[in-house]
Amino acid sequence: MIKLFSLKQQKKEGEQSARGGQQKKASAAQLRIQKDINELNLPKTCATEFPDPDDLLNFKLIICPDEGFYRDGRFIFNFRVGSNYPHEPPKVKCATQVYHPNIDLEGNVCLNILREDWNPVLTISSIVYGLQFLFLEPNPEDPLNKEAADVLQCNRRQFEVNVKKAMRGGYVGETYFECCLIK
Amino acid sequence: MSATSPNPSLGLQSKRWNGLRNILEREGPFCKDDFSPSPDNLEFLQTKCKVLVIGAGGLGCELLKDLALMGFGDLHVIDMDTIELSNLNRQFLFRRSDIGASKAECAARFIQNRLPTCRVTPHFAKIQDFDDTFYQQFHIIVCGLDSIVARRWINGMLLSMLRYDSDNTIDVSSIIPMIDGGTEGFKGNARVILPGFTACIECTLDLFPPQVNYPLCTIANTPRLPEHCIEYVKIIQWDKENPFNVPLDGDDPQHLAWVYERALERANQFNITGITYRLVQGVIKHIIPAVASTNAVIAAACATEVFKIATSCYDSMANYLNFNDLDGIYTYTYEAEKSDTCLACSNAPQVLPIEDPNTTTLEDVIKLLCESARFQLKSPGLTTVFQDGKKKTLYMANVKSIEEATRKNLTQSLGELGLQDGQQLTVTDATSPTAMTLQLKYQTNEIEMN
Ligand SMILES: [Zn+2]
Repeated sequence: MIKLFSLKQQKKEGEQSARGGQQKKASAAQLRIQKDINELNLPKTCATEFPDPDDLLNFKLIICPDEGFYRDGRFIFNFRVGSNYPHEPPKVKCATQVYHPNIDLEGNVCLNILREDWNPVLTISSIVYGLQFLFLEPNPEDPLNKEAADVLQCNRRQFEVNVKKAMRGGYVGETYFECCLIK
Repeated sequence: MSATSPNPSLGLQSKRWNGLRNILEREGPFCKDDFSPSPDNLEFLQTKCKVLVIGAGGLGCELLKDLALMGFGDLHVIDMDTIELSNLNRQFLFRRSDIGASKAECAARFIQNRLPTCRVTPHFAKIQDFDDTFYQQFHIIVCGLDSIVARRWINGMLLSMLRYDSDNTIDVSSIIPMIDGGTEGFKGNARVILPGFTACIECTLDLFPPQVNYPLCTIANTPRLPEHCIEYVKIIQWDKENPFNVPLDGDDPQHLAWVYERALERANQFNITGITYRLVQGVIKHIIPAVASTNAVIAAACATEVFKIATSCYDSMANYLNFNDLDGIYTYTYEAEKSDTCLACSNAPQVLPIEDPNTTTLEDVIKLLCESARFQLKSPGLTTVFQDGKKKTLYMANVKSIEEATRKNLTQSLGELGLQDGQQLTVTDATSPTAMTLQLKYQTNEIEMN
């Protein structure tokens, strides 16, 4: 045990401290996100975009799947990392309208590690891989867009047709989708 | 009660302190090595030792009462909240007529009136409103907080106040011990943190219970609980309908009423019962019912640790006490380990001497970090925080969009970038599991201004 109180003297306000009110230190959330971002090893189908490079807490992830139902589409996700990261997960919303069983028309995403299975050892990288996987293997078991999930479950051919239609820009049922193809 | 005199010297001689005298003025087999029995110990407690209590809620009221009755004579308390009706069952320093008033100010006044020998200074403010010059004045800080963000903030503050000797060991006199209490219903914990020496808040971040988050698809499609309906309105319906054109505020009764109405509609649709206004408030604000006896036990454990550290009469608890009184009483104390890779506390600033900030460019610094035997980094990312709190990303090669935006910084001198002598840079690199803090040290102290 270290001997702590050689400080049985009066402490005074404004006494010279380590920082003397001079140097600011990055917050724990800030340190952790810098670490996550600097070590982000993106798959070739993904890219990040920082509208303000000084703000590492708000950024975009762009996924362009090169296989599966969503091949040749371009999907943008907005990441908002809060001051309680990594105790709390980042808030992630899909900014591209997509016909997908696990993403609703407001951009909410049903991915377990974004909510109930989040844990502080996970990183931004884990989420990127999770989102990428959603495009390769849409999961009709956990639907957010129930109509899309039902079609995927009953008729994969029809689902594929609907996805293509939505990505080209057009109506699927009552809903209009903007074109999101790369070419 | 004999200590009714406002004269502290009378308080010192009062018979009420005889119990403490027995501990502080006599040698005992369990005393710490550096303990020397003396009347000075009690005097230190009563007149010199300055303790900050963060939070004047359920735990805070207990802590202030405990510390004041234990003889501490100079307490400060910070709390940004005001008193609500629902606090009164357990926050016993407050009365019905205090509703709406500052918790810190009311608590201070109550203690002061009851125990005139104890001076309590209230701060009706957020902890973030103060800087290191404020926190510097305290011998010990004890927290009764319900927020993890706030704990992490004060943890970071105390770590940043550590001073290091030239051989990078911590100057012991710069350590301010932090005693942290936390309760959630029938569960609680108390811990002793010696910043830089023992496990800090960030070392053990995974010990905090995660926030309850229901799967989004359950909320959206197969709600079974009233909570699912409330979460649905909070997460999905609020953004969609944007009723007040502002983010949802759990303290705004109009917002809560809106959520209550919509949640009730949704619950009826799915034949779910149990939506109440109180439940809505609880889910939106993540309220877990507080249990007065849990607060009392945890605060007592914390106050005892404050006393032990202040007087050196006995070893501190090492270092993490778990408590549960849901079913009988269970406690377990173990030593949480300091993590070698903790981003917050295994990150002593490393001094980087700079010959001339006007000729040294950022690229020179990065080259040095990669090529010198001392650092051997691969592809570092560098950021800094300026004195006004503004953050700046200096350079990051690994992220394409940031690289393009910050490339122009490479050829600029440190002076041109606005970096001051003593400024800290945060460096992350794949070669290290932690972040590194570099402290610039300019040999020539003048920066040319263009
Ligand atoms: Zn730590």
